Amino acid sequence: MAIVEHTDSTALSGDDGVRRRDFINIAAVSFAGVGAVAVVLPLIDQMNPSADVLALASTEVDLSAIQPGQAIKTTFRSQPLFVRQLTEKEIAEADKVDASTLRDPQTLEERTVDGKKQWLVTMGVCTHLGCVPLGAGEGENKGEYGGYFCPCHGSSYDTAARIRKGPAPKNLEVPKFSFTSDTAILVG
Amino acid sequence: MSFPWAEQYTPKNPVMVWIDEKLPLPRLAYNAVGAGYPVPRNLNYFWNFGVLAGLALMIQIVTGVIMAMHYGANDLVAFSTVEQTMRDVNAGWLMRYAHANGASFFFIVVYLHIFRGLYFGSYKAPREMVWLLGLVIFLLMMATAFMGYVLPWGQMSYWGAKVITGLFGAIPVVGEPIQTWLLGGFAPGNASLNRFFSLHFLLPFVIAGVIILHIWALHIPGSSNPTGVEVKGPQDTVPFHPYYTAKDGFGAGVFLIAFCALLFFAPNFLGHPDNYIEANPLSTPAHIVPEWYFWPFYAILRAFTVDFFFVPAKLLGVLAMFASILLLFFLPWLDTSPVRSGKYRPTFNKFFWILVIDVLILGWLGGAPAEEPFVMMSQVAAAYYFAHFLIILPLISRFEKPLPLPGSITEAVLAKYGKTDGATVAVPAE
Repeated sequence: MAIVEHTDSTALSGDDGVRRRDFINIAAVSFAGVGAVAVVLPLIDQMNPSADVLALASTEVDLSAIQPGQAIKTTFRSQPLFVRQLTEKEIAEADKVDASTLRDPQTLEERTVDGKKQWLVTMGVCTHLGCVPLGAGEGENKGEYGGYFCPCHGSSYDTAARIRKGPAPKNLEVPKFSFTSDTAILVG
Repeated sequence: MSFPWAEQYTPKNPVMVWIDEKLPLPRLAYNAVGAGYPVPRNLNYFWNFGVLAGLALMIQIVTGVIMAMHYGANDLVAFSTVEQTMRDVNAGWLMRYAHANGASFFFIVVYLHIFRGLYFGSYKAPREMVWLLGLVIFLLMMATAFMGYVLPWGQMSYWGAKVITGLFGAIPVVGEPIQTWLLGGFAPGNASLNRFFSLHFLLPFVIAGVIILHIWALHIPGSSNPTGVEVKGPQDTVPFHPYYTAKDGFGAGVFLIAFCALLFFAPNFLGHPDNYIEANPLSTPAHIVPEWYFWPFYAILRAFTVDFFFVPAKLLGVLAMFASILLLFFLPWLDTSPVRSGKYRPTFNKFFWILVIDVLILGWLGGAPAEEPFVMMSQVAAAYYFAHFLIILPLISRFEKPLPLPGSITEAVLAKYGKTDGATVAVPAE
C-alpha cells in the first residue's frame, strides 16, 4: 500500500487528473456493494410470510345456515372473518346515510356483490389497532349504529360495517370474494 | 481516562502481574469499577440506580436463559410449556416469577435512573453521549420487554403483539407490508413467536454491549453529582471502591428485599389474569392493556381521536408515541441552562415535579379504559408532556435566575455539615 501511495500520481493519470487506480477503487467498492445488497435481500425477505402461511390464503364459506340478522365468525388468513346476512331494516338503515358524510365514504352497494346486497362479508379486524369487534355473536354489543363495536378503543361500525364513531380510520375491510353458488362464497 | 490522582493498579501477586502483561483485564475492571475510578464524594442514593439496573439485567439474563431451557417456541406448545415450567419444573415457578417481576423491577430502577438524570441535569455537556446511549438502552429494553411478553402466548401476549405491530400498519403506503413482514404472516402466529423468541434472547446481550459504551462514555468526564459542579481536585473525589461499592451494596440489599417481597408474596400483582388464557385469535379480551411500564406511552398513543387535516388520528397517535421518546434525544440541546442540578434552579425545580406528576397521571390513564373522562385527561396530560420539553424547558433556561452555586463539591459538603475548614478549601486540579 505504502508503495502505491508514494507513486507519482501524474505518471498514472491522464490529462484530467484521474488515475487508473481510481477506476479500480470505484469498481471494487461498487462490486462489493452490489454483493452486500444481494446478501442482505434474502436476510430480510426470510421474515416475510412463508409458503405454508400463504397457502392458507383462501377460504370457502357455506352461507346456507345463516338467517337474516345472523352473522358467523370464521377465519381467513388466520384472522377473523365476519359473514352477515342483513335484514331489510339493516339494509334500509345503511342506505339512508349519505355516504359522502362518512369518514371513509362508501355505500352498501360498493361493499357487497351486485344483487346480493344482504351478504355483508368483512374482516373482523378493527381498522384502529386490530382488535376483533363485537357484534357477530348472538347477544354481543353491536354499538350505537347497530353494526359492530370494538371494545378496545370504542370504535362503532354501522350495519354496512362502516366506521361511524371512535378512533378507527377506515371501514371494516371487505376482502376479495365471489359466490361459487347461491349459498357459498370463496374468500381470497 | 481518569483524573490524574486516580489510584494506580499495581498487582503484587506474580500471577496477576503475569496476567496484566498479557491481558490487562483486571486493570480495566480496577479502573472502571474499582479503586482506580475517582467519584465525587457527595453522591446520594439516587446514584445507586445505574448499578441496580445492571443487577436487574443480570437477574433477567440468568432467569431468562433458564426459562429458555424449558420453553418451546411454537404456537402449539408455547402456552403449555410455560405452564409446565410453572408446575412441573423444579423451581420453575421461581424462575418464571423472578423473570416476569424482574422485568418490572428493571423498569422501576431505570425510570428512577432516568428521572435522576432529568432532575440533576446529567444529560448536559459534557455527558450528552451518556444520555443518548442511555436512551438507546431504554428503547432496546422496551423492544425486549414487549417481545418477551408475547412468548407465553396468552391472550394479552397475542393481542399485545397484534396491537403493537398494528402501530406500524398506521404508516401510510408501506405500513401494511411492514406489519406483515414483522409478523411473518397476516396476524401473529408461529412465525412471529419464533422470531420474537430469537430476538428476545439476543437483545439483552446487545443491551449489555450498549451498557459498556454507556459506562465508557461516562468515565470520560467522570460521574456527575448532586451539586452539578464539576470535580475540581482530589479533595472532591473518593475511590469507587470501597466507598461506592459499599453504598451500592447497601442499595442492592434494599432492592433485593423489595424484589423478593413482590416475588414471593404477590407474584401476579403486576400481571394480567387474561394472560393465563391461551391465545385465541377470534376473541379479543375486553380490555387490552400493555404492561404497566408502557402505560404513559400507551396513554399518549390513545390520546389522538380526531384526524388533523389529512393525517388520520391513528397515525397521529403512533407518531406522538414515538415522538415522546425520541424527543428525549434532543433534551441536551433543549435545556440550555448552564446550571446542571435542579437544586440550584428554583423554577426548573417546580416544573420538574409537575412533569413527574404528569407522567404518573399518564401512566394511570394508560391503564384505564378508553372512555371519557380518561381520553380527555390523556389529551391534556400528553399535551403538557410535549409542552414541558418543547416550550417550558427552553423558556426556563432563558429566563430563570439560578441560585448561587457552591465553589466546589467539597465546599458544598462541608457547608452541609456546618464546617468551613480552611485546610480543605478547593485546590484546582493539576
